[in-house]
Amino acid sequence: MYYMYIATGIGVIISFIISREKTFKALRIAYKRLVKILPAFITMLILVSIVLFLIPEQLISTYLGGNNRYAGVLIGAVLGSVVLMPGFIAYPLCGILLQKGVAYMVLSAFSTTMMMVGVLTYPVEKAYLGTKVTVIRNLISFAIALVVALATGLFFGEVF
Amino acid sequence: MKLGKILLICGYFGFLIASFLWGFEPGVKIGRNFISFSIAMLQILPCAFVLIGLFEVWVKKETVEKHLGVESGLRGYLWSVLLAGTTVGGLYVAFPVAYSLHRKGARLSVIFSYIAASAICRVPMTIFEASFLGVKFTVIRLVVSLPLVFVSSMLLGSFLEKKRYHLTEGK
Repeated sequence: MYYMYIATGIGVIISFIISREKTFKALRIAYKRLVKILPAFITMLILVSIVLFLIPEQLISTYLGGNNRYAGVLIGAVLGSVVLMPGFIAYPLCGILLQKGVAYMVLSAFSTTMMMVGVLTYPVEKAYLGTKVTVIRNLISFAIALVVALATGLFFGEVF
Repeated sequence: MKLGKILLICGYFGFLIASFLWGFEPGVKIGRNFISFSIAMLQILPCAFVLIGLFEVWVKKETVEKHLGVESGLRGYLWSVLLAGTTVGGLYVAFPVAYSLHRKGARLSVIFSYIAASAICRVPMTIFEASFLGVKFTVIRLVVSLPLVFVSSMLLGSFLEKKRYHLTEGK
C-alpha cells in the first residue's frame, strides 16, 4: 500500500512543479469523481457490514470443510461471490482451511470468485458499467472461476 | 439519490447508533464491520482518485488510443494486465480507472480485460496468495484464468461495441 502513497506523492509534486494549474485541475477532478461515486461506496459498505455479520469466518470454515468436494466447489463459489474480504484476511483463512484438509479446488473456487465476482460491489459496478453489463461480467467471471477450480482439482489430483 | 435510499441509509446508521448505546450485540458487530471496511477503503480511495485526476490531465488521448485503443491489437491486452498488476485494492478501484481509460479512448475489450485482470493478478495480492496456498496453486490459477479472461473480454467487448455501449459515471 505504501508504494501507492509514495507514487501519488511524487506524482503530485512533479505535476505541481511542471504546472500548478494542471495539478489543481487534477485534484478537482479527483475530488468531483470521488464525491460522485461516494453514495455507491456507502451502499456497498453497508451491504458488506451486514453480510459479513451474517456469514462470519467460522461459518465459511464449516461450509467449505464438508466431505463432498464437488459440493464444496459450488458452495465455495457461491460464498466467494457474496463475501468480500481483504486479501490479508482471506488468504490466511484459506491457508488454515488447507491445513485442515480442505481441497485445493474448493479453496480455488472460493478465492477466485471472491476476487472476480462482486455481488456486494454491485452498487459501485452498476454506477460505471450499467446493470446489464454488470450482470454479464459477473456471470462470465463466475464461469471462469469454476473452470479454474476444476483445473486446480485436475492438477492437484483431486478430481478422480 | 432517491428519497427511499436516503431513508434506508439513515435508518441503518440510526440502528447502529442505537445498538452502540444499548449494547445490542449484532448491531455493534455490524457497526464494527462497517468501520473497519470504511477505514480500509479510505486508505485507498483518495489516493486512487488523485492518481486518476493526474492521469486525466497529463495523459494524452492519442497515447491511450495508440496503446489501448482499436489499433493496439494484442499489445493492448498486455498493457491491460501490466496496468492491472499495479492496481491497488480490488475491483472497486478498477471501475473508476476503467471509466477514465474509456474516456481516453481505450477499447472496450481491453477495458474488460483490465477489470478482470485487476481482480486476479494484482502483484502484492498474488504474492500473498502464493505464500499461503503455494506457488503451484497461483500459477495454475493465472495460467488458466488469463486466456479465458482475454477471450471473454474480446467477445464481450466486440459485442458491446456493436451496440454502441458506453461506460457511465455514478448513475
